[in-house]
Amino acid sequence: MPLRYGSDIAEHHAVRTGAGLFDLSHMGRIEVTGPNAAEFLDYALVGRPSRIVPGRARYTMLCHTTGGVLDDLVVYRLTEQRFLVVANAANAMVVRAMLGEHSNGYAVTITDAGGSLIAVQGPRAAAILGDGDDLPYYGIRAARVAGADVLLARTGYTGEDGFEIYSADADAATIWSALAGAGATPAGLACRDTLRLEAGMPLYGQELTVRTTPFHAGLGRVVALDKADFVGADALRRVAAEGTATVLTGLITNGRRAPRRGHPVLDPVSGERLGEVTSGAPSPTLGHPIAMAYVPPVFAKPGTRLVVDVRGTHEDAEVVALPFYRRSPQ
Amino acid sequence: MIPLNLRYSRDHEWLTDDEVATVGITAFAADALGDVVFVDLPEPGTITTAGAVCGEIESTKSVSEVYAPADGEIVEINQALTDDPGLINSDPYGAGWLYRVRVTRTPEVLDAAAYAALISPES
Repeated sequence: MPLRYGSDIAEHHAVRTGAGLFDLSHMGRIEVTGPNAAEFLDYALVGRPSRIVPGRARYTMLCHTTGGVLDDLVVYRLTEQRFLVVANAANAMVVRAMLGEHSNGYAVTITDAGGSLIAVQGPRAAAILGDGDDLPYYGIRAARVAGADVLLARTGYTGEDGFEIYSADADAATIWSALAGAGATPAGLACRDTLRLEAGMPLYGQELTVRTTPFHAGLGRVVALDKADFVGADALRRVAAEGTATVLTGLITNGRRAPRRGHPVLDPVSGERLGEVTSGAPSPTLGHPIAMAYVPPVFAKPGTRLVVDVRGTHEDAEVVALPFYRRSPQ
Repeated sequence: MIPLNLRYSRDHEWLTDDEVATVGITAFAADALGDVVFVDLPEPGTITTAGAVCGEIESTKSVSEVYAPADGEIVEINQALTDDPGLINSDPYGAGWLYRVRVTRTPEVLDAAAYAALISPES
């Protein structure tokens, strides 16, 4: 996946107003099958995949026993005993290894699923596909795209309606050409990052790391604390009860220089360093800089005035609720 | 295409061969940055030193420093970039120029062929 095919801002707007086409074949895909597959995933992950009905998916996480996030995942239940776990590319080996490690005593088979993954995202995605209108958000089913047998999922990472198409490698080029020919704009990693940031979605390695728990990132809802036992349960129950020292917040600024990852966030009164920016960029949709940052909860209320040290220049920032951008209802 | 009439720095700036030289960034640098959204340049009167940072260019994805290709005094900055920083992407050797500098010393500069070699994949 290149950073951009042409102009990253044009690609960003194409996804918000039409449709963009992403090659996500680098993503990790792991299949978990067997009579104990659901029970096993309930133990290994923080969510409760056993409650997903076949043909549906859920956003979840794999945590360390410390409660720190090892990866955020989408888990699809394809059949009663067959799940597809989609991991970030850089974490795929860790996820695979940890699932293997946790699988002792469970009748499951864990395999790397090959194939290609192409996403078509944006308000025109269903029209360009000519299919999928019936699929619920986070639904998945077999389909034919450009004559190829695929799995079609209504998932994505852009804040728009859209689809992800799991295909055989041999069919990927045909699918790509057909969707590009039907009007989807090839879109790269640069706009994928600004799109997900506007949508307030965390990125592993920035908002999510092994030093943060789902609760820090405001994603405590994905943790099923009432499960009997699961990896990280003790630590996560403690964090849920005690709260976190910092929480993920949205920041907007009016300057032209955007806060970027690593920039210090300061108390405007005392000048004290409160935390730091995890992601930031000039928002192509909103027309001003947006950022996410970890700060103490007392400074995380929307409307709070903070300061970001943007390479030595103090920029006034205001805390806003996430997401920065929400698509208008269809 | 790399214009033959310009001179180039190893930091991907170009400059004209004039007493008051026009300075910009190369198409190679503009492509690497992506869509430029903000340019911060020194005020007229600022003294620049070859190889030293004299401004910054921000794109959606990143921020890059602008290095001065020559010693001298800034006499003019491209005001059009304030409203349309994308000129750096659309016309890096023309309307997307950055500033004009009264040159007192130009250290090492490359001609078009040497710059082309610098950015070729084999180098």
